[in-house]
Amino acid sequence: MKKINVVASLALAAMLSSCGGSKEVITGAGATFPLPYYNIAFKNYQATSGVDVTYGGVGSGGGIRSLKDMIVDFAGSDAYLSDKELRDMPSEVIHIPTCMGAVVLAYNLPTVKKLNLSGDVVADIFMGNITSWNDARIVALNVGVELPSIAISPVYRSDGSGTTFVFSDYLSKVSPEWAKSMGVAKALKWNTGVAAKGNPGVAGIIKQSKGSIGYVGSEYGFALNITMANIKNSAGNFIAPSSEAISAAATAKIPSDMRVMITNSPAEKAYPISCFTWLLIYKEQDYNKRTLESAQGTVNLLRWMLTPAAQNLTTKVHYSPLSATVIESSLKALDGVTYKGENI
Amino acid sequence: MRDRIFKAFLLISSLAILLVCGAIFYSLFTDSMEALKHFGVAEFITGQEWDPNPDSETYGALPFITGTLLTSFLALLFCIPFSLPVALFNGEYFKGKKIAIVLGSIVDLLAGIPSVIYGLWGFYTLRPIIVSLGLSEQGFGVLTASIVLAIMIIPYAASLSTQFISMVPTDLKEGAYSLGATRLGVIKNVIFPSAGSAIFASFVLALGRALGETIAVTMLIGNTNNIPLSITDTANSMASVIANQFGEASDLRLSSLVAIGLLLFVITGVINYIGKMIVKRFN
Repeated sequence: MKKINVVASLALAAMLSSCGGSKEVITGAGATFPLPYYNIAFKNYQATSGVDVTYGGVGSGGGIRSLKDMIVDFAGSDAYLSDKELRDMPSEVIHIPTCMGAVVLAYNLPTVKKLNLSGDVVADIFMGNITSWNDARIVALNVGVELPSIAISPVYRSDGSGTTFVFSDYLSKVSPEWAKSMGVAKALKWNTGVAAKGNPGVAGIIKQSKGSIGYVGSEYGFALNITMANIKNSAGNFIAPSSEAISAAATAKIPSDMRVMITNSPAEKAYPISCFTWLLIYKEQDYNKRTLESAQGTVNLLRWMLTPAAQNLTTKVHYSPLSATVIESSLKALDGVTYKGENI
Repeated sequence: MRDRIFKAFLLISSLAILLVCGAIFYSLFTDSMEALKHFGVAEFITGQEWDPNPDSETYGALPFITGTLLTSFLALLFCIPFSLPVALFNGEYFKGKKIAIVLGSIVDLLAGIPSVIYGLWGFYTLRPIIVSLGLSEQGFGVLTASIVLAIMIIPYAASLSTQFISMVPTDLKEGAYSLGATRLGVIKNVIFPSAGSAIFASFVLALGRALGETIAVTMLIGNTNNIPLSITDTANSMASVIANQFGEASDLRLSSLVAIGLLLFVITGVINYIGKMIVKRFN
């Protein structure tokens, strides 16, 4: 029952791969947020290396479950594993960032072309404390802009989502009230607004109803070219979401295990609601009767994901490339991967 | 010999259906044990909180149970004034005529439309109408979902009722006419008493369909995990919360979602049983 999604996608993958004889196949499952990027990246990898990679977009939770069950080579996740989750895994897991994204605030106010917001104001909008577009606190951030006196209707995700996790992580850092009453999670208990499934659901409602505001993944917002708010970062600058501004968020110090949320980055030009997405693999690759070849194949794929060839693809599908420091520490982490105790 | 093989085949097929049904119930039951043990069955059913935050995790099913029952019964109510006249029109007034055949196949076509298309229609067409009528700010909620659900279940109620109405023995009706009854009199005194329980059964079937509908409801109900206080409030339904949250759920939340699935299974079963009992009493 729990594994049904993964099993179905793996069965499909097995069916597709069986046509090509005994070709090497690497399988993964997990987050849907980076799926468009992974699709194009894995296709390119297949063209250059001849290795097939299949990735099932079953959600971060599903991906981590499959990795735990040892039925995939790697898992994709939008949130890093907590200390407790790491302890629950059968053996040590390492996190490799693959690209960057962000959460953008899309809104529907036909007369307002440019909107400035700050983290605490966004938090109060989504907690229902600010209910009108011409509230004094929004007006103060938008001097000279005519804001209509209509009600704000917040739109949020009805499904559990890494996007919600990143959004709530940022708001917890900038609003003590949010941290206390809402917290950080993939799904929250909301007191106001309406909810819809997935980025398309949220964006669809925003497009249809005047006065609404909602959060969507940047890759979706950029691709659809929706109207997005500028967010005040911790250096005090209002930053429009863009590929450069997102990458700028990862220039701060990154811990060696790469488990870090880069929201509310101190960097001057950083967009404050930026995030990594990770691929997770076991540090010891000898599990569930895996061969040395598939261990090597997995590590080679991850190494390739960090090369300029792969990173340059990110912006084509509206994601952002990793910064040089992140790539360097990721490669170092991959050097530590072993098969039967020996380096690969 | 052949007869025996055929009999064995029938037996195996029937047993297989029983087995599948039992297996579904069994796996729902075992997977929901974690949540039901953690919260207690009564507390889970009457719990009003759905808080997925790991620090204060609590799950209760009441908002979803109310959402499902409210939308389904409203939909049933809304569908009666459309499906019953259609059934009388096709099964009695224009029985066997061309117009009845055309109308009948159009109603049947409604059943073949995928529910996501009903959802889209509700989202882009019905919702703006609800907004412009001033019934609710954004047009999402129980009312919008119920109207779309009502349209979706019309064919289930209408086609079956049509069949039962047309099956009322002609000599009964002719007897009534010869005693000077009007058409309305025949419907009231002959058709309803003799086909009433079957018509009722077709509405129970339609209700069952409404209880489990997922995607069209998800698109229109607003997906807020609270108990609706009026029919223009946003809410959530049992099927829709499962579809929405299943992907990223694990541990206690996953088990709670399965428990909601189990409750939906039980509720649908109970409603069908009550329907059957009422049909029996009519007869």
